[in-house]
Amino acid sequence: MKQNFIRWSGVMLGIGLMTGSVVGQETNEMEQLRRELFQMREQMRALEQKLEQVERNAAAARTELPERARTTDVASLAAAEKSWSLADPIQVGKGSAYADIGLVATFAAGGSTARDIEGGTQLGGHDPNQRGFTLQGMELSLQGAVDPYLRGKANVLFSIDSDGETFVELEEAWVETVALPGNLQLRAGQLMTEFGRINTQHPHSWGFVDAPLVSARFLGPDGLRNPGARLSWLAPTPFYSELLLTVQDSHGENAAGFRHSGHDHGAAATELPFGYRHADNDRGVRGVGDMLFAPRYTVSFDLTDSQTLLLGASAAFGPNSSGSSGDTVTQIYGIDLYWKWKPAEAHGGFPFVSFQSEAMLRRYELGAFDWDEDGNLGDGDGNGFVDEGIVADATGLLPAVLNPERVTDYGFYSELLYGFRKGWVAGLRYDYVGGRAADFERAGLLVADNAGGGDLLGRDPRRAQRWRLSPNLTWYPTEFSKVRLQYNFDDRRSLGTDHSVWLQFEFLLGAHAAHKF
Amino acid sequence: MMTRISLVAAENFKLNASTTGEHPSSKRQSVTGVQRGVWNVGVSVVLMIGVWWLAVVNAHAKLNVVATTPDIGAIAREIGGEKIDLTILARPTEDPHFVDPKPSFIVKLNRADVLIHGGADLEVGWLPRLVEQARNAKIVGAAKGEVRCCEGVQMLEVPEKLDRSGGDIHAAGNPHFLVDPENAKIVAHHIADTFATLDAANREFYLEREKQFNATLERKLVEWQEKLVSFKGQHLVAYHNSWLYFANRFGLKIELFLEPKPGIPPSPQHLTTVIAKMKELNARVVIVDPYLNRKTADTVARATGAKVVSVTQFPGGVKGTEGGYVALMDYLVNSLAAALGTEK
Repeated sequence: MKQNFIRWSGVMLGIGLMTGSVVGQETNEMEQLRRELFQMREQMRALEQKLEQVERNAAAARTELPERARTTDVASLAAAEKSWSLADPIQVGKGSAYADIGLVATFAAGGSTARDIEGGTQLGGHDPNQRGFTLQGMELSLQGAVDPYLRGKANVLFSIDSDGETFVELEEAWVETVALPGNLQLRAGQLMTEFGRINTQHPHSWGFVDAPLVSARFLGPDGLRNPGARLSWLAPTPFYSELLLTVQDSHGENAAGFRHSGHDHGAAATELPFGYRHADNDRGVRGVGDMLFAPRYTVSFDLTDSQTLLLGASAAFGPNSSGSSGDTVTQIYGIDLYWKWKPAEAHGGFPFVSFQSEAMLRRYELGAFDWDEDGNLGDGDGNGFVDEGIVADATGLLPAVLNPERVTDYGFYSELLYGFRKGWVAGLRYDYVGGRAADFERAGLLVADNAGGGDLLGRDPRRAQRWRLSPNLTWYPTEFSKVRLQYNFDDRRSLGTDHSVWLQFEFLLGAHAAHKF
Repeated sequence: MMTRISLVAAENFKLNASTTGEHPSSKRQSVTGVQRGVWNVGVSVVLMIGVWWLAVVNAHAKLNVVATTPDIGAIAREIGGEKIDLTILARPTEDPHFVDPKPSFIVKLNRADVLIHGGADLEVGWLPRLVEQARNAKIVGAAKGEVRCCEGVQMLEVPEKLDRSGGDIHAAGNPHFLVDPENAKIVAHHIADTFATLDAANREFYLEREKQFNATLERKLVEWQEKLVSFKGQHLVAYHNSWLYFANRFGLKIELFLEPKPGIPPSPQHLTTVIAKMKELNARVVIVDPYLNRKTADTVARATGAKVVSVTQFPGGVKGTEGGYVALMDYLVNSLAAALGTEK
């Protein structure tokens, strides 16, 4: 600034001098010019002095500011730098990153009297899946504000199945509006279907080592989640009341009860598909009606100062790919309840008692299916008998022709958690699933052995009645780690009882968002 | 309501349509009928909007204020008086680090004009998810209605490096700053400023209340300091490291904790060291918040002959502190002065 000023003055002076030397012949004029020049120099000096004075003052002001004000300034600057962001629990790098990065790794060790652990006794995709050690999941999450209008979250999960294969799942990757008008909120991307409680919780926040039977059976081993959108409306009631609608793709292994053709990872390859008929009739998407629709309504009341109740009702509708008729649909209905008591003097969140229960009903339309797919009456090798592995009718002589029918399954789980002292939680869960016997189960179908006979099929094991009782004990050294010991008593009607013991351990690094109630 | 109105309209329409067929000449009449139906609907909708608008305006007659913790709430009440509707989320006896994010809080945050929170991660375990679900533009993303109390407060113990092996350490520094009356003034100023901006009609009221509150604090601070001046430099033992700002203000030393690290439960070995140090430093008072384990404090007190004093950082947390911020500070100063005094 000052230098510019001097330079400018110099140029102006130069011009002035030149003009002066050319034009000024007369002494009077020279004299006048000289005087002017002198005046200008004086003015310049004065200006320079003024500038210096101003600079000195500014410097003095900086040093003279009271200690208090300066530290306040620094503190608020520091605070602004580490400003409290929306999805911001404990920051990594103190505000230096635009997203919070977190990692949760969950392992299990143990064993079971059952041999068919993965997909047999343990239905959940992230349950312990073998005798010995299991990596139940290593979840990497990133979240933060996208811009002033949106916030985003991504969750990627790595795990290793019982064959030792590592697989990666994109659990969540979505953006959500910060504040739409009309109490609405829109979320879009890869998201968990808003159905019941357990389906929208990550496995590491469950109270038990494994997924409840009812959700794993009806919503799929990894639950319901797919690309789509979710609209939610916070109703203007005096109590909490929220209406949600999720619309998603109805296809793939994360929509297991819908347009899902293949086997779930880990399920025995020899096992027959659901309903003893191929589920390979994926009709594709012809219209909006072929999406998965999941409405949910949830309310909550504070019963007393230390007791809260949360109730919900959910449903999921969508096409399935059973049989060959191409117009079959699945309907799942669910109700859920969560109650928690925590006294006003709780220390670090303890003691507490919580009760959670979900009941579900599934109506699944099975499509017509003819096991004589090649037109050779199931006798591909021409030995006069139905080939091995093909489903034959009660006589065992002809491939089965299955009629369309609608089967109804139901089930529930209830779990009680008691945090009896800081860091310690005792839990008890009861699981039950069952279903009304269907026509195809009563038809005496056989799975042919290529010798004119075969094994009687009876109840589909995916529909058969079973129950499970699971007591457990969890120790949380801090909120960032846990060790859990769980025993499962399993009673599968057709297969008998089994005992399993699992020790789960988990750690958490980096940021971790607070959980929903 | 809406369905009823549309039914009326449909009835009108049906009625007129049926008459149209019978009497061609009544065509004009039928049109008027339809128009009347539409008009009915129009008027009803306008009325409904009017009623709704009135309800909204009335509901917003007072500033709707949500404070996360009771200490912040008490200061908001000092400034806002009866001109605000105040909701405090955490209960005074509750551990402010572990408040259940009850869904009812979402509703309260959804309707808030102002959210006042510590801003220093004390509520990080429960507030962010609630605010996300509340979808209220007035209180998110540095909106005018979001008051971060810690702004301008000189935060102490700001970690150089975030490392959880040190226990529950807050990135923004020790968040228990409000037990220093000088910080209460800063917070009062933030609150008054926000109230005055959002409720301009009562601007003078809020600013006047702030002035009064400041004057009270200044007067009381002298009194409090006088009461504790003779105990300058004395050591006290706390369960959790939440009394740093208080100690600094009143010249006390609260550097010994029953917790080995913030948020980590006391271990016998650690307590042995604490007991030894207490004897060495002649620390004879152990302070415990209502949500912390009093038994541990009692054990330590028995081993050292120290006295356990129930303290709280929240008005209402201990009997006799219900009156508000000044009552809380009065209680703290008096009970500590009494405990330290009798031990002398």
